Amino acid sequence: MGENFVNVTREHISDRLAEVGYVADRDLATALWLMEFLKRPLLLEGEAGVGKTEVAKALAAVHKAELIRLQCYEGLDQNAALYEWNYQRQLLAIKAREGAGENADAIEEHIFSEKYLLERPLLAAIRRPTPPVLLVDEVDRADEEFEAFLLELLSDFQVSIPELGTIKAISIPRVVLTSNGTRELSDALRRRCLYHYIDFPDVDREARIILTRLPGIDTTLALQVARMVGAIRKEDLRKVPGVAETLDWTATLAGLDVHELQHEPERVHETMICLLKTHEDRARLTREVTDRLLGKVA
Amino acid sequence: MTTAAPREPSEGVGTGTRRQLAGFSRTLRDNGFRVGLAETRDALSILSSPVAVRPSALKPALRALFCATRSDWERFDEIFDAYWKGRGMRRVRTLSGTPTESRISLRRLAEAGKQQESTGLPDHAERRGGSGGDHPAAGRHRREGASRAESLETADLRHIVDPVDVARVHALAARLARTMRARLVRREQVRKRGRRIDLRRTIHRSVSHGGTPVDLAWRRRKIKPLRLVVLLDASGSMSLYTAFFVRFLHGVVDAFQEAEAFVFHTRLAHVSASLRDRDVARAVDRLSLMAQGIGGGTRIGESLATFNRWHVRRTVNSRTAIMIVSDGYDTGEAAQLATEMRRLRRHCRRIIWLNPLIGWRDYSPQARGMQAALPYIDLFAPAHNLESLAALEPYLARI
Repeated sequence: MGENFVNVTREHISDRLAEVGYVADRDLATALWLMEFLKRPLLLEGEAGVGKTEVAKALAAVHKAELIRLQCYEGLDQNAALYEWNYQRQLLAIKAREGAGENADAIEEHIFSEKYLLERPLLAAIRRPTPPVLLVDEVDRADEEFEAFLLELLSDFQVSIPELGTIKAISIPRVVLTSNGTRELSDALRRRCLYHYIDFPDVDREARIILTRLPGIDTTLALQVARMVGAIRKEDLRKVPGVAETLDWTATLAGLDVHELQHEPERVHETMICLLKTHEDRARLTREVTDRLLGKVA
Repeated sequence: MTTAAPREPSEGVGTGTRRQLAGFSRTLRDNGFRVGLAETRDALSILSSPVAVRPSALKPALRALFCATRSDWERFDEIFDAYWKGRGMRRVRTLSGTPTESRISLRRLAEAGKQQESTGLPDHAERRGGSGGDHPAAGRHRREGASRAESLETADLRHIVDPVDVARVHALAARLARTMRARLVRREQVRKRGRRIDLRRTIHRSVSHGGTPVDLAWRRRKIKPLRLVVLLDASGSMSLYTAFFVRFLHGVVDAFQEAEAFVFHTRLAHVSASLRDRDVARAVDRLSLMAQGIGGGTRIGESLATFNRWHVRRTVNSRTAIMIVSDGYDTGEAAQLATEMRRLRRHCRRIIWLNPLIGWRDYSPQARGMQAALPYIDLFAPAHNLESLAALEPYLARI
């Protein structure tokens, strides 16, 4: 394939990410370039809603690769992450072959063959003919055992299945891990990865994100919304609105035919439910606060 | 798939640059970054790559490589600029007490009781106007408490300074920690008996019976450690006990795989990292310095608010017990304390409040703060001597 990041500058990466709808800052572009150059996984951290998962999606789009996603949760084990046997089919096969008078060894060999193997995300990621993007989402939610296992997979890119033997990677996937910080990750995993901390976008970038994602919006509104959201994030909130919320809000405002935020403070205040997702935050941002923020933004 | 990255770092990088890079790695290590050989090697390949010709791209590249946590991320630029732009800064992190100094003061801690007029010893004397009777004398009292005569007089924790007793305290903390360690979680493992059938293994075993699952394999929950978060009040009114609880804290963090420790007076400080220091004495010493109040009384509510806001998501989950060690004298708003306690209650498994004052005769939790917090506490217990702590053990084992 002609996509070789090593000979590509990070500006190209920014551009290409923008083409697929992701407005990256320059540092992230560098990190993505480095990921390709050093063949290391990338660990993304940041508040909820800053677009960590989007990075993996965009990366897959840039490489025209498949995105394989593994959502982590407490109690996630290898059965759910790596492989599982297809029990129903195995049971059927045992019955059928016994009826046909085969001996036990032959049956065992048969039912523990590829045919009865169900791929889960991690196994799928290393058995694709072209390297996919593997997104290990919220890795901090999985427990330490799983993290250790993941680390092993990420360094060797091979897994062993007791009944089947060792399976080597056909292609090395590009791995993106995200973490929300519900648990401290191990030093070993952190060191294995490149690190990028994603912050909320600044006003300029957020406006560009709005314009990219919602092509019908006029630039003035996008800028005003970005400034307003920036100001709201500085307030003392329980759940700080993310980029997705900004997009929702912009779409709502556009749908209500709002062109200038200051002209329609009422609408602005009413539609703020798109941004504020808890009762407390809603109560905190009173009409007066909204007006004050609007005054600053204008 | 792309071709392998140029892994031969030696080309195109002069010895001067190499030496500088080695120096930079060392600087990062001095500042608490975990930089290994692999990182340095990768950094060399970055330096020999096209990125190296443009300094503006080099910084973010090295940052992505060398950083592993958010705090690394936030400090990196400063260290990078200092090193490569030659402001010659070696250590950015400022921790109270350099290793050499603390070792000296440490020996003093261990020998506590001989001479107390030392600069290295943390002095918890902090004046709080009004509340509590004996506070103005607290500082002086503590120093006297270090004398052998008084430590023999009473077993109250205020007076434990004898190295033997200190060792006992450590042993007790470790024992408490062990009993609390094993807890249930959702992760399962195969057993002879259990709650759910392990299909994979059952089918494997059924082959020899012609597919009839005669021999069942079960799964059952695996024991997983309880997580403990300790919030220690280090304000003036607690100063008599702080030194002891700092030691207790160290024992707990040491024994638990997952324990976090925080110290608060007017604000909250995360101290787990300092407590993980292998040198026990140095850790305790360093923490004692951190725990020194800066005056102005205790703000339990505000400290809890900080905790709820910034640390809860990372440190607390459904199998976390939170242990607050405080006398409940709060100079902040009692209402805020109640709100924050309610919030905290939602996140954790149990809240244990240890109050050294309960051990005092005629004590009843009259302090406004204590009153506000009581409804949200699962266990309200004394902690003024070793016996009272040991009495906690059966309860903690049942959490």
